[in-house]
Amino acid sequence: MNNVSNASGVSKQTKLTYREALRAALRDALAADERVFLMGEDVGKYGGAFGVSLGLVEEFGTERVRDTPLSESAFTGMGIGAAIAGLRPIVEIMTVNFSMLALDQILNNAATLRHMSNGQLSVPLVIRMTTGAGRQLAAQHSHSLEGWYAHIPGIRVLAPATLRDARAMLAPALADPDPVIIFEHGSLYNLAGELDGGEGPVDLTSAAVRRSGTDVTLITYGGSLPKTLAAADLLAADGIEAEVIDLRSLRPLDDATIMASVARTHRAVVVDEAWRTGSLAAEITARITEQAFYELDAPVGRVCSAEVPIPYAGHLEEAALPQAAGIAAAAREAVGGHG
Amino acid sequence: MGEFRMPALGADMVEGTLTEWLVKPGDVVAKGAVIAVIETSKSDIEVEVFEAGTVTRLLAEPGDVLPVGAPLAVIGEAVESAPVESAPAESAAVQSAEVAAAPAAETVSAATEPPASTVPAAVEAPPPGAGVAPLPVRTEVDASAQATRPAGPPHLEAGPLVRHLAHERGIDLATVHGTGRGGRVTRADVEQLPPPGNGIRIRATPYARRLAAELRVELATVHGTGRDGAIRAADVRGASARRHEEEAVRYPAAHKKAPERRGTDRTPQAAPAPTVTAGRPAQGGASGRRTAAMRRAIAELMSRSKREVPHYYLSTTIDLTAATQWLHRANRDRAPGERLVPAALLLAATARAAREVPELNGFWQEDAFVPADAVHLAVAVSLRGGGLLTPVIHDADRLSPQDLMARLKDLVQRARRGRLRASELSGGTLTVSNLGDQGVESVLGVIHPPQVALAGFGAVVERPWAYDGMLGVRPVVTATLSGDHRATDGAVGARFLTAVDRLLQNPEGLAS
Repeated sequence: MNNVSNASGVSKQTKLTYREALRAALRDALAADERVFLMGEDVGKYGGAFGVSLGLVEEFGTERVRDTPLSESAFTGMGIGAAIAGLRPIVEIMTVNFSMLALDQILNNAATLRHMSNGQLSVPLVIRMTTGAGRQLAAQHSHSLEGWYAHIPGIRVLAPATLRDARAMLAPALADPDPVIIFEHGSLYNLAGELDGGEGPVDLTSAAVRRSGTDVTLITYGGSLPKTLAAADLLAADGIEAEVIDLRSLRPLDDATIMASVARTHRAVVVDEAWRTGSLAAEITARITEQAFYELDAPVGRVCSAEVPIPYAGHLEEAALPQAAGIAAAAREAVGGHG
Repeated sequence: MGEFRMPALGADMVEGTLTEWLVKPGDVVAKGAVIAVIETSKSDIEVEVFEAGTVTRLLAEPGDVLPVGAPLAVIGEAVESAPVESAPAESAAVQSAEVAAAPAAETVSAATEPPASTVPAAVEAPPPGAGVAPLPVRTEVDASAQATRPAGPPHLEAGPLVRHLAHERGIDLATVHGTGRGGRVTRADVEQLPPPGNGIRIRATPYARRLAAELRVELATVHGTGRDGAIRAADVRGASARRHEEEAVRYPAAHKKAPERRGTDRTPQAAPAPTVTAGRPAQGGASGRRTAAMRRAIAELMSRSKREVPHYYLSTTIDLTAATQWLHRANRDRAPGERLVPAALLLAATARAAREVPELNGFWQEDAFVPADAVHLAVAVSLRGGGLLTPVIHDADRLSPQDLMARLKDLVQRARRGRLRASELSGGTLTVSNLGDQGVESVLGVIHPPQVALAGFGAVVERPWAYDGMLGVRPVVTATLSGDHRATDGAVGARFLTAVDRLLQNPEGLAS
């Protein structure tokens, strides 16, 4: 797998990376509750394929930070069993592409057992996985399949896009009595900044308005948030004030925040790194037409990845993904050149 | 010859339900005859036809919900032909007419040829007095029928397929420019035409449509600037602002000239409004649906108001001693039916106060206040079956209490009978809600967007009142103002209520 980049121990300063924020959250969880343990491929000695768990095995031991065989189905199933048995497992799956091997466990067991047991069983499992493209990892490591999981009733799907959410979403996810999947976008690991808003708890249900605007609502999540904010800057230079919504939770979706924003701006563009067909972008667009049709002053726009396996070549990969310029163009189209 | 179409019975009407036909095919109708009952969200309305003729065909069935402008019936010329027969005979007639037309199109070219000698007799109406034709004459190919009278039938160069297509699309062949050999109308000529008249669907965004309904803007009059000419919210707001400017000029004149004339003060582009002749007695289902529809409309508007408009509320209690004494004197010589009630003075004071404080008289549009050029008071009228209408008294600040009283009585009566005209429901610049007759003492109302204020009055009641260091019993009323805090601040609202109070202390001034 890819190299572990310059991840060091958790910084004591307030300035830190997304990766360090995730690690700090893991450390807190492991320290706070003996039932919590982390398992997955290379999470122990190697420190995780993306370096998130670096140093944790030294700190908490191999009982709590467990390397597993290369079998997503097996270790995800173990996590489900451990959760039913009373532990609080955190399962790391290297990338969402590999999670297909565990999809049977996630869909047929984790998401269903509460219902099929008439509430006798619950599966308090947290699954973390890397998603998304942008790092030249080619078509078997780069896809954005969050929408597939957001399709499934019985699980909660989160997409932390900020340092603060990376730091704070894990604890309430562990407290949830049902399975929670946390998607970490690969392009965000090196995102550095300061934790604004401190280290207090966050909710797992609401979307967040990351930038206020009056002319068009840009709805996005995960790795597309920085690009969308950059697009908003481009638009501001043209006198178009874009409101940027970070969904945070992909299931359930926070319809209220989306509709309230559309009611203010009357135009919406959904930015989703997944393929357009059958995507979360499609779902959000449908909800807007269901719930805010009479607020719309332009068709809802969508900016998604090209419908191809994500290419390896850097320039092709860049062309296949949503980029700030394309997002800004879609927003201008919605506004109709009359900012 | 023409089509009877779903009328627009109000600026916000987009569709109606055909409740009942009062005619059947073959009936001869006079201009102005009531021929159908249409149900709108407000009431059942009997609708007149605007041309004389024979009902050739009914295109809609009772229960059909159709958009404004949709054809409901074909009205043919008032010839003394046999009534249109049942379906089999009719289709036979079509066939024979079309068969006859086909060879005719090949052989006859001179459009001016006299009728008697030409071949295609089957597509022409028989000359008056020629006796009853063995088969009913097919008049639905508009072109031929229209072209036949009075001089004679110039033949139309069009084959059966083209006639069929034209009929299907409701296109009048006489209006089609033929590009085929010898000026024949070809299939392509018909196919490239847009459907006629109101059948053209207006391209407008959902928000623009909603806004147009709220601002009472006819979408057909708005120029779209969006993609492919789509009308967007900004276009509607622009049209609304322009209309307000025009209304300032038009209303006083229209009002003076013929306030009771029907449909005269609609926008010129709009189709002539059919006369509303009677509100029918409510039928259980229909009135229930209508009440529900009105409830939804009110719910939508009021929710939007409370969602978008930051309200502030002010109230003051006004001593009505002077006003009551004036009313007493004014009513002394009046017949009981003509007596003035306090509401007339309250409306007069409100209208004049609105003129004094123009910041409250207008609209919040595009994040800015647009003052109205005149004071048109919208008066909330509760309906007996539930629901609410706000008919408008135009130029209320120029009317005497007597005139206001008369207008109010008239509007309330007709509102409750479902007989308001569309123009009387539009153009309000400030709403007044008076629940005094319901016995409440104060009304804290919800603003009707895009207006920016609502004045409320409670009952006139006798209360202990300190005046000049003495306690007495005086008639008082609680006047309230709900203001849109985006447009004004409390101080403006206070100025308004103070003006109302001051005006009511000098009722002679209101009457003059």
